[in-house]
Amino acid sequence: MSFLEVLYFIVPSALLYATPLILTGIGALFSERAGVIGLGVEGLMIVGAFTGIYINLEYYADFGKNVIWLALLAALLAGAVFSLIIAVAAVTFRADQTVTGVAVNMLAAAITVFLVKLIYGKGQTDMVSAPLQRFEIPYLSDIPFLGPLLFQNVYSTTIIALIVAVGAWFVLYKMPFGLRIRSVGEHPMAADTMGINVAKMRYIGVMISGALAGVGGASLAMTSSGDFSGSTVAGQGFIAIAAMIFGKWHPLGTLGAALFFGLAQTLSIGGGNIPFVQDIPSVILQVLPYVLTILALAGFIGKAVAPKASGVPYIKGKR
Amino acid sequence: MSNRVVNILVPLISVVLGLLVGGIIMVVSGYDAIDGYIALWNGIFGDAYSIGNTIRQITPYILSGLAVAFAFRTGLFNIGVEGQLLMGWLAAAYVGYAIEGLPRIIHLPLALLAAAAAGAFWAFIVGFLKAKLHVHEVIASIMLNYTALYLTNAAIKSLSDGSFKTPTVLESATLRNQWLREITDNSSLHLGIFVAILMVVVMWFILEKTTRGYELKSVGFNKNAAEYAGMNVNRNIILAMTISGVFAGLGGAMEALGTYQNASIKAAASGIGFDGIAVALLGANNPIGVFFGASLFGSLKYGALNMPNAAGIPEEIVSIIIAVIILFVASGYILRVALEKFGKKKEGK
Repeated sequence: MSFLEVLYFIVPSALLYATPLILTGIGALFSERAGVIGLGVEGLMIVGAFTGIYINLEYYADFGKNVIWLALLAALLAGAVFSLIIAVAAVTFRADQTVTGVAVNMLAAAITVFLVKLIYGKGQTDMVSAPLQRFEIPYLSDIPFLGPLLFQNVYSTTIIALIVAVGAWFVLYKMPFGLRIRSVGEHPMAADTMGINVAKMRYIGVMISGALAGVGGASLAMTSSGDFSGSTVAGQGFIAIAAMIFGKWHPLGTLGAALFFGLAQTLSIGGGNIPFVQDIPSVILQVLPYVLTILALAGFIGKAVAPKASGVPYIKGKR
Repeated sequence: MSNRVVNILVPLISVVLGLLVGGIIMVVSGYDAIDGYIALWNGIFGDAYSIGNTIRQITPYILSGLAVAFAFRTGLFNIGVEGQLLMGWLAAAYVGYAIEGLPRIIHLPLALLAAAAAGAFWAFIVGFLKAKLHVHEVIASIMLNYTALYLTNAAIKSLSDGSFKTPTVLESATLRNQWLREITDNSSLHLGIFVAILMVVVMWFILEKTTRGYELKSVGFNKNAAEYAGMNVNRNIILAMTISGVFAGLGGAMEALGTYQNASIKAAASGIGFDGIAVALLGANNPIGVFFGASLFGSLKYGALNMPNAAGIPEEIVSIIIAVIILFVASGYILRVALEKFGKKKEGK
């Protein structure tokens, strides 16, 4: 393969792997910025993946190719509703948030496979008839070099993910709502004193994480696997959390980290055909996202600092 | 109601609520919940074979539960038991098949020791990062879980020349025991349960009878007070994680030397480590509590396997029940409030 061919193969593929990571990572970011640990996004992704595939299979006859939009919307709603479990436990019942996240991940994995067996009588669904399709962006795809690199093989969800990431930055840093979200994650008591409803903001943060992780999961299932089983999501939610940390709890940082982790996954899976990369043992590329996250936290790649009140239940009147 | 009673009531109520929710889900899904629970019961206690395999299932749960609980007592959340267990699993399997010519009395303990050391090392990294570089242990250990998964998979592949599992461990390193198998109708029950029970005692002894254990608990109660009293907080954090890793690594050895007799490539985490969090939580981080928590969850997990055949219900229902139980135990605050109100009403009468 020539260098250009390699690039034309790697970049679209990296964007494909990065898409669910961007969506879910930004979701986890909203939750953590509001002061609730985002460990449950793995489970929320699973719920989204299941919902997306289920709707796609059941309503393909009615909507044809357009069923993917219904599927994404349903995944968004399902993720948001399921995330209420986290919100109720973590915010209202003051449960340990890490434990809640772990429990929600277990619950989501079990419930979805249970439902698949209940509905389809077997451990995994059929392949969907309408997976997400790559498409060409007119005009832009005619640009030399950049056209084939970025605009000839695009998934609609990739574009959505990029918009979400930039939009998240705008919302969190340029709008009063974003300031409120961040304030209840940094210093809830100060926010409360200023008349911000801490519990409400935290509920909203968690539900945004559920909605985005749901879409992320559905986009993953409708592109990479095409069906749903217990191993469809397989840790992508945790990589998304890694991307959020590596991106230092900032939307654009998360976007960059997710793109980078997408690249690492591309190379570890498809690296066998690429010169230079095929000489690197794939295990090194597989563990790269995780090791880099630890290094980022250890301060070797600039210090990553979590929102101050993330993980701490807010109890009125307690100092 | 006294605090002690409430502490025991919260997990019990959670278990009852979890089983209720499970029953409701079965009914709503159109299954017969009574049949389901009968199938579950028979899957656990039905015959000698089931009982043997149930005890075998409980064994690693005790150890992963102890690992989580021990770290919790020092104020650390070891969510990395999964990875430490995988490292121990591989180490035990490797020592178990690669070292030849040793008598069992040396070889078996050596393999167990290797597993303990591998788990301890993997947990030590987390403790070190926490103590020296202030990396939060939850994130570090999640990342190390996946690192361990891919590393052990790659190691197994290269050790076995491209196959998906290592050679079987030698007779001199196995935890299998003919007599145990015979009395349980050829189940895969092995000697590991005694190792696990011994570790329950070891954890109790460390925490309750040694100065070091007192220090570890003090750090868990109040880091600043412990430091003010002259204890080295950082050293205790590293030590607590390392000991926690020993339990986790031994959990892996149970699978390597007892249940499976090898280490094999895994598509995803084994789940034993994550279930250990549930076990520790239900057992209130107390060694005896962990023993009971592991017995409950291990039984449920093994008994569930009987549900698809005997009642036509997917076994995932039990994972749902376990997750619901954890959610209720974690939300103990609300149960406590409810119990207190209930208690007050009674007193008022």
